[in-house]
Amino acid sequence: MAWTKKILRVNLTDGTCTPEPLNMEWAKEYLGQRGLATRYLVEEIDPTCDALGPDNKLIMATGPLTGTMVSTGGRYSVITKSPLTGCVACSNSGGFLGNEMKNAGWDMIIFEGKSPEPVYLYLENDKAELKSAADIWGQSVWAADEALHQAHQDPQLRIAAVGRSAEAGCLFSAVVNDLHRAAGRSGVGTVMASKNLKAVAIRGTLGVGNIKDPAGFMSAVSAGKKVLAENPVTGQGLPTYGTQVLMNVINEVGALPTRNMREVQFEGAHNVSGEAMHEPRKSDGKPNLTTNAGCFGCTIACGRISSMDKGHFSVENKPQYWGNSGGLEYEAAWALGPDTGVDDLDALTYVNFLCNEDGMDPISFGSTVAAAMELFEQGAITTEHTGGVELKFGSAEALCWAAEVTAKGEGFGIDLGLGSKRLCEKYGRPELSMTVKGQEFPAYDPRGIQGMGLTYATSNRGACHLRSYTVASEILGIPEKTDPLATEGKAGLVKAFQDATAAFDSAGICVFTSFAWSLEDVAPQLDTACEGDWSVDKLAEVGERIWNMERAFNIAAGITGEQDTLPDRLRKDAAQTGPAAGRVSDLDKMLPEYYQLRGWSADGVPTAETSSRLNLPA
Amino acid sequence: MQKSLHIDPGKCTGCLQCEMACSYEHEGLFNPSKSRIRVFTFHEEGRFVPYTCTQCDEAWCMQACPVDAITVNAATGAKEVNADTCVGCKVCTIACPFGTVNYSQSTGKVVKCDLCGGDPKCAEACPTEAITYIDADATGIDRMRAWAAKTDNAASA
Repeated sequence: MAWTKKILRVNLTDGTCTPEPLNMEWAKEYLGQRGLATRYLVEEIDPTCDALGPDNKLIMATGPLTGTMVSTGGRYSVITKSPLTGCVACSNSGGFLGNEMKNAGWDMIIFEGKSPEPVYLYLENDKAELKSAADIWGQSVWAADEALHQAHQDPQLRIAAVGRSAEAGCLFSAVVNDLHRAAGRSGVGTVMASKNLKAVAIRGTLGVGNIKDPAGFMSAVSAGKKVLAENPVTGQGLPTYGTQVLMNVINEVGALPTRNMREVQFEGAHNVSGEAMHEPRKSDGKPNLTTNAGCFGCTIACGRISSMDKGHFSVENKPQYWGNSGGLEYEAAWALGPDTGVDDLDALTYVNFLCNEDGMDPISFGSTVAAAMELFEQGAITTEHTGGVELKFGSAEALCWAAEVTAKGEGFGIDLGLGSKRLCEKYGRPELSMTVKGQEFPAYDPRGIQGMGLTYATSNRGACHLRSYTVASEILGIPEKTDPLATEGKAGLVKAFQDATAAFDSAGICVFTSFAWSLEDVAPQLDTACEGDWSVDKLAEVGERIWNMERAFNIAAGITGEQDTLPDRLRKDAAQTGPAAGRVSDLDKMLPEYYQLRGWSADGVPTAETSSRLNLPA
Repeated sequence: MQKSLHIDPGKCTGCLQCEMACSYEHEGLFNPSKSRIRVFTFHEEGRFVPYTCTQCDEAWCMQACPVDAITVNAATGAKEVNADTCVGCKVCTIACPFGTVNYSQSTGKVVKCDLCGGDPKCAEACPTEAITYIDADATGIDRMRAWAAKTDNAASA
């Protein structure tokens, strides 16, 4: 079984919390978490609804393996309609909230309506109640976390909250749990705040059981852990350098988007790399990195715990930032660093702390600042807009200021909170926005890694690396090496990664296991834990079904194949340096084949035959 | 040869695999709240510290128990709670200086680490060797080796 088979439905308008059984027919077709929660969303909301209105719903969902001993089995996702993209949003987070929800006896929590006053959900096993958040509204995630721990006198409470950015309407706000893990992308935190829901505080002591074949399961879990330990990426690279192991690698292959994606290599990459995080600082001799850390159940432990130089200009008189907290991951380091041209590791660490403290997606934030810097350079934004701040590429001071005002929703921070697309439109230069479907790019330039161009263009949540991480194949050679500059075969590669990733996400495990695990490793762990038959083929089919369901939601929301595209800069302006010099993204060579492989029409709509074959929701 | 649990907090990543293994062995559920080993996170310092019973020779819990429910397992050296005898008076939880004996509301008895009868599941589950089960007479051997490696032989040559 592994599912608890229980859902908590929280009607914020009425202030009610009602348990209901999990739809097990759907669980057999959509597994859990991303897939199953999206199935509920598709059933329950109008895809054309206002993402920030009471008709949108927000679902926090675990997978069947969440809370079990499977390595990385602590994940949950936040599923809703995104205010940033208008697409379906599904943002995945680690930390310890997912397992706590499962230990409290719930597979999912569905939030609907809108509370008349700020509230938080307090959930202790079967006891669920909405409590006034009057005292914590207007506070940061960190302050709210501390206040709730004190109010309940329970250090073991696990908390997810939104920060001041979300309350101010920043469109890329995250839901932050355990202080520094985040359901980061697509503005899921903005939706939560729009419902006047400040936080979710959970204590679960019931345990997770209902394992179909306990002995077989423990044996499959051990085998899975061994594969991760013996793999060079999950066993050595990620624990030592975190995802930041990539900074120098991606720069060398000429795919590190720099200064709002104008260039593909950054001269200061090393200064903000995973290696640099290990180097002693000149000022106090300590390295940026204190230790690595694991999320719940994770035997990889790629997480970074870092501290700053107390004398750095950004924190000189702010002792609240002198302790350790969640450090730089690669995507955040890239968006805050190379994309803004800033190579000051402490500045990046500070801004990353602020993103966690007030719940901002650092990818979207950094990319939006990068766009603002280019607008400033071109004179579309001036010091009159910024209140005197010289918003120049490479300015660590400007980056830190931008984070402070956006985190609190003050002054020009309100404009930055619009995200890159709306900001560039507002200042009359829409072509400078490096986004797909309104969501900012992550850290791989599709001119240097061709598969990522197709990945970004077709991602169901706008530009995103976590929907089909073909970097694994094109750069790292996992599961087999493909040429990053070639377009041949990439349509099939992207489809296979998209489907498999949807299955990984829906199981409740971390996609980083896929550096070492294929579905061949996941299937036995699921099959011994869950009722039903969970073969590799079935998981691939479940993944494909989820992908098509998400696509159908987006089409119904008015987002069509015309938006499966990339900004002109990436399709027309060739890379100037590195191995990809002279290349643009050849998206047009891959997209038609991709549609065909998907069983979609020439304009990107799943055919009746495809919908029927996958038994998609009507 | 008796073995003892050896904990090196510097290697801990805070993943809680040990807590799941412990609760699964003893309760049949993955339930960190019922684990007899606990990992503590010191967020500001960036430290994770697993903590459990050290199996004291002159065990305070054993001495304090008024009904002799805590006895020594001669093979492992573990101080084990006999649940049939335990009356749930909690005196042992007061006596233990380290807090590693705890009362269980669901059973009305106390629980503590019993070394899983000589095959501790926490050590088996730990991915980083922060928890190991080693010769009880030589728990310092790795630290000695590390210091030995730092000696400067050239100076005395």
